[in-house]
Amino acid sequence: MATTVQPASIASASGGSEAPVAEAIAALITDAPVPRPTLAKTFAAMMAREFRVLGRNAPSTFIRAVVQPLLFAFVFAYVLPKIGGGFTVASGSSAAASTVNFSTILVPGLMGSMFLMQGMFGTTMPLVMEFSWQRTIEDRALAPVPIRVLAIQKMAAGAIQAFIGACIVFPVVYFVHAAGEAPHVHVTNWFLLAVIMVFSAALTAALGLWLGTVVDPRKIQMIFAVVLLPATMLGCVYYPWSALHSIRWLQILILINPMVYMNEGLRAALTPGVGHMPLWAVLVALIGGTLVFGTLAVRTFRNRVVN
Amino acid sequence: MTSLTARPTGTRPPATSSAIRTEGLRKTYKSSRGSVEAVRGIDLDVPKGEFFGLLGPNGAGKSTTIGMLTTLVEPTGGKAWVAGHDVTRDPVAVKRRIGVVTQNNTLDMQLTVTENLEFRSRFFGLSTGTARKRAAQLIDAFGLGDRRDAMADQLSGGQARRLMIARALVHQPDVLFLDEPTAGLDPQTRVNLWDILRVLHSQGQTILLTTHYMEEAEELCDRVAVVDHGLILAEGSVDGLKEDAGAITVVTVRYEEPVPDGLTERAGLAERPGVTKAEADGDQVRVFSSDPEGLLGDLIAIGAREGLHVRDAIQQKPSLETVFLTLTGREYRE
Repeated sequence: MATTVQPASIASASGGSEAPVAEAIAALITDAPVPRPTLAKTFAAMMAREFRVLGRNAPSTFIRAVVQPLLFAFVFAYVLPKIGGGFTVASGSSAAASTVNFSTILVPGLMGSMFLMQGMFGTTMPLVMEFSWQRTIEDRALAPVPIRVLAIQKMAAGAIQAFIGACIVFPVVYFVHAAGEAPHVHVTNWFLLAVIMVFSAALTAALGLWLGTVVDPRKIQMIFAVVLLPATMLGCVYYPWSALHSIRWLQILILINPMVYMNEGLRAALTPGVGHMPLWAVLVALIGGTLVFGTLAVRTFRNRVVN
Repeated sequence: MTSLTARPTGTRPPATSSAIRTEGLRKTYKSSRGSVEAVRGIDLDVPKGEFFGLLGPNGAGKSTTIGMLTTLVEPTGGKAWVAGHDVTRDPVAVKRRIGVVTQNNTLDMQLTVTENLEFRSRFFGLSTGTARKRAAQLIDAFGLGDRRDAMADQLSGGQARRLMIARALVHQPDVLFLDEPTAGLDPQTRVNLWDILRVLHSQGQTILLTTHYMEEAEELCDRVAVVDHGLILAEGSVDGLKEDAGAITVVTVRYEEPVPDGLTERAGLAERPGVTKAEADGDQVRVFSSDPEGLLGDLIAIGAREGLHVRDAIQQKPSLETVFLTLTGREYRE
């Protein structure tokens, strides 16, 4: 290397290997690959970017996903039954129905709340950063695809994150329980389970993108108090919808909560022993909600990106 | 343009030699507190291969203009074509052909330096392998070798700016847009970036740069448009602009006391040879002249006759700064 003549540095004053080299800069123009972007290639590259980031953050994502359901399952399916405070809930709306243990109620409920949590985290939180004062969203907005494709990509990424989160939760809530308190999980229709899970994930991601684009990024913390917490507490996570028949006004009021349909759908698919809302209502709400909020989110997202 | 005009010039596609063309481009921001006319009708024609500068103070409408040309801001009036494509009708075609370095740091902070370049390359359709090679080439050229695995948020201001320029070049854009590329950088880093931009330009890269540094426009640009309050005040080469403004030297004297009424008339300042304008404002007298010989001394003497004490005096040689002063009558504030 000693005899090699180094090209003259155009910025020798700043010194060292840091200084850009004129010939190398010139070669960037003269010796450049010809890009042939297509919508599919760009979309795939954007998803690859999401997975790279997700992989890098996997430990923290995993911990965030697992701690809450683990503690819930531990307290409600292990500690309380042990100390004699075990809950049972009347199954179905008929008074003659048998009772089911609380862990069976919790399996779909905690999966559902994980959908909401991860779907929202996966879409809303990145938006807060991307729309803040540096507006890093402009980076992705300059990719050679329409802005609506970028919105759809963001929802797809959030939905996948939600799906993974729910899958992680399942073994936690399935295996953590006191002796004799095992949840009664019985899947008869795998296709139904897949449909419910896919649309639950998609709906939460659509909601997340919509909220993330209509709420002022500085007030995003509000979403947790005003949306996440009530949606979870009043979302049939800890009780089946049918059991609310004794509080009729609440049973009707919470129909505006998308969580109700996710959890009831999961009950129908996972724990049919517990009574659940009619399937048609669940499917209409999940699929219709995804389409409505997805369309809304694409619009509000575009308005935020393009001034 | 009236409806009687036979030729619908408003929708005429740009000449193929134009990299950027606009006709009456405007942007009005509407909010609950009223509307702000950020850009009030701008006509531009930047040929391929040119290094063009939009020069103006902060808030002149430069960033809004660049936003419209790069499809991130929707125009409320007029037309714009970049690389032959209409920015509102075919934003995707425009985005394929432009590289943009925004004023704010829009690097992907969750990715490393290398990943920022690789993923951007892949967004523009390069295969994973080609993207990797292109990223390595860019990293070497921009002297980011020892930072290649650093996260983007660990870079210094100068490094971040270099990476943003590198990232804007991954797909060999027809037009490179740079919005205030050296704002907030130290002088050495600024000169460094200038060198990079000069080399790119020498290879035929079309560049549109906005800046509020007069010096930067003078150093780099083939042609400059002086922008203020959303309008182009003057356009041409830096030398041409100076000549058009009459190669005017501006002499400003500030006194300790307010200037008495009628001083400029009593002193016959406007009648002096070469003087195009003489004005008193508050505690200062400003004279625009193509023949400034002895003017400064005379202004001090005139003041002394009227009992004024000089606080400070400036004589500004013809420059973009005096051009701006001549055009707007206002001090240029960087």
